Amino acid sequence: MEVTKPIAEDLFTETGDGPRIVGSRCGTCHTVVFPKATSCPRCGNDEMDEHLLAPRGTLFTFTTQGFLPKEPYTGPETEEDFTGYALGYVELPGEVMVETRITEADVSRLAIGMEMELVIVPFRTEPDGTQVTTFAFQPVGSDS
Amino acid sequence: MNVAIVGIGIHPFGRFEGVTGLELGAKAVRAALGDAGIEWPDVQFAFGGSLAGSLSGAEESSQADQLVAHLGLTGIQFTNVHNGCATAGSTLAMGAALIESGAYDLGVCVGFDKHPRGHFNAKPEQSGLPHWYGDLGFMITTQFFAMKINRYMHDFGISHETLAKVAAKNFRNGAKNPNAWRRKPFSEEEILESRMLNYPLTQYMFCSPDEGAAAVVICRADRAREFTSKPIYLRSAALRTRQWGSFEVFAPWLSTERGHSPTVDAARATFEQAGVEPSDVDVAQVQDSESGAEVMHLSETGLCADGEQEAMIQGGETEIGGRLPVNTDGGLIANGEPIGASGMRQVYETALQLRGEAGDRQVPSNPKVGFTQVYGAPGVSCCTVLTT
Ligand SMILES: [Zn+2]
Repeated sequence: MEVTKPIAEDLFTETGDGPRIVGSRCGTCHTVVFPKATSCPRCGNDEMDEHLLAPRGTLFTFTTQGFLPKEPYTGPETEEDFTGYALGYVELPGEVMVETRITEADVSRLAIGMEMELVIVPFRTEPDGTQVTTFAFQPVGSDS
Repeated sequence: MNVAIVGIGIHPFGRFEGVTGLELGAKAVRAALGDAGIEWPDVQFAFGGSLAGSLSGAEESSQADQLVAHLGLTGIQFTNVHNGCATAGSTLAMGAALIESGAYDLGVCVGFDKHPRGHFNAKPEQSGLPHWYGDLGFMITTQFFAMKINRYMHDFGISHETLAKVAAKNFRNGAKNPNAWRRKPFSEEEILESRMLNYPLTQYMFCSPDEGAAAVVICRADRAREFTSKPIYLRSAALRTRQWGSFEVFAPWLSTERGHSPTVDAARATFEQAGVEPSDVDVAQVQDSESGAEVMHLSETGLCADGEQEAMIQGGETEIGGRLPVNTDGGLIANGEPIGASGMRQVYETALQLRGEAGDRQVPSNPKVGFTQVYGAPGVSCCTVLTT
């Protein structure tokens, strides 16, 4: 059986209804933040509750990464096989706009305002074979 | 504000093997002292900024006050400033405030840096971000610029051709500037067809990290004529950080409530303090980390309304001979970005333009009011208004 582990603890979780990313919600002003935080950037309160963010939203903006990033990037590519990836901000209504990898890297198939959904995808493989996973968003209706 | 710039100095921007960042800074200070006709022991205080070693990942020291070992151990008050890409602007704002306070009446503000090739490889922990953020490839400033302009183009109808026109103008202006790093003009087609680094921004739309330094001598305005026949007055300098809802670099999330950029607040405060309207500006230098940043900063500073840039840039209004010349020395696109030096280069260029000493790139209409703006991570902006 393939062993997988998330790129960070407490970043996302599986629920009976599919994956969710994990943020915090302020007990005082109800502001939602991502990832989990110990204090509220809106009101300065330091009592934050765990909050699972909505798994669907709309694409606020996007770009592509056309060159291989230096450290601290730990993606699996080399200069030879790097083909680029897409990223953007997905607006989760009433919560936050989350910065995310986008599974679709062809900009002609991305548009501001399009519906996006959360998926958990493989990111890289450790030397011992463990697959490291991350959260990403994909256009609703595309194959996962 | 009753502060005058009475000396300006620059070390050319580019790559200088075997010369340290501190040596670049010292050369710029000596040039500014020479321009003001004073010696280092005359200087009462200094503010200096350099970011090598932090944001850029380089190993060289970023303690600007080590300049005293090059210029003379006179025991003066020397404060290090570390404010992202707004560092040099911040040195000037702090220096001016110190003169305004009455504590001193003659000081130096200097910015310098020496960065390795390629994009900055900032570490997430230095910005208070979790490790996974860097792991996943989000710790890249160019992505932020691309995402911000992509949304702006969608909202306000800015074309890819306009992005190319901005870069072509800045390369053309840089070609006329002996201190610029990139001195070869590129056509709009070459810019559009160069490698797509971060959609919609291509390689030739971006500036690159490099090396350089710039410095100014400032004094109490009523003493300006002791040092120069062409004082430039610093009417105001304002520094602001991000408010709730603004869209900044290195942000794992943004609020769904949209707020404005710190540049909006800094520019508004600067114009108000100076008693000058944006429409009074004759020459402007704004942060053009890439073409899109110049487009957006024009409206964030109040120099035009959102969306007006399309017609303004297509109509040549931001060219040296246009209604509002912007980045007359080639901006960051032609000069590159030694972070600590960048805002001071803008002030140097503006002072040169207001003195009428900008040579081949001199704005022809006898400019009297200049404006500068620098923006940096994680959401800090500094603006100045300068007049003859
Ligand atoms: Zn709160």
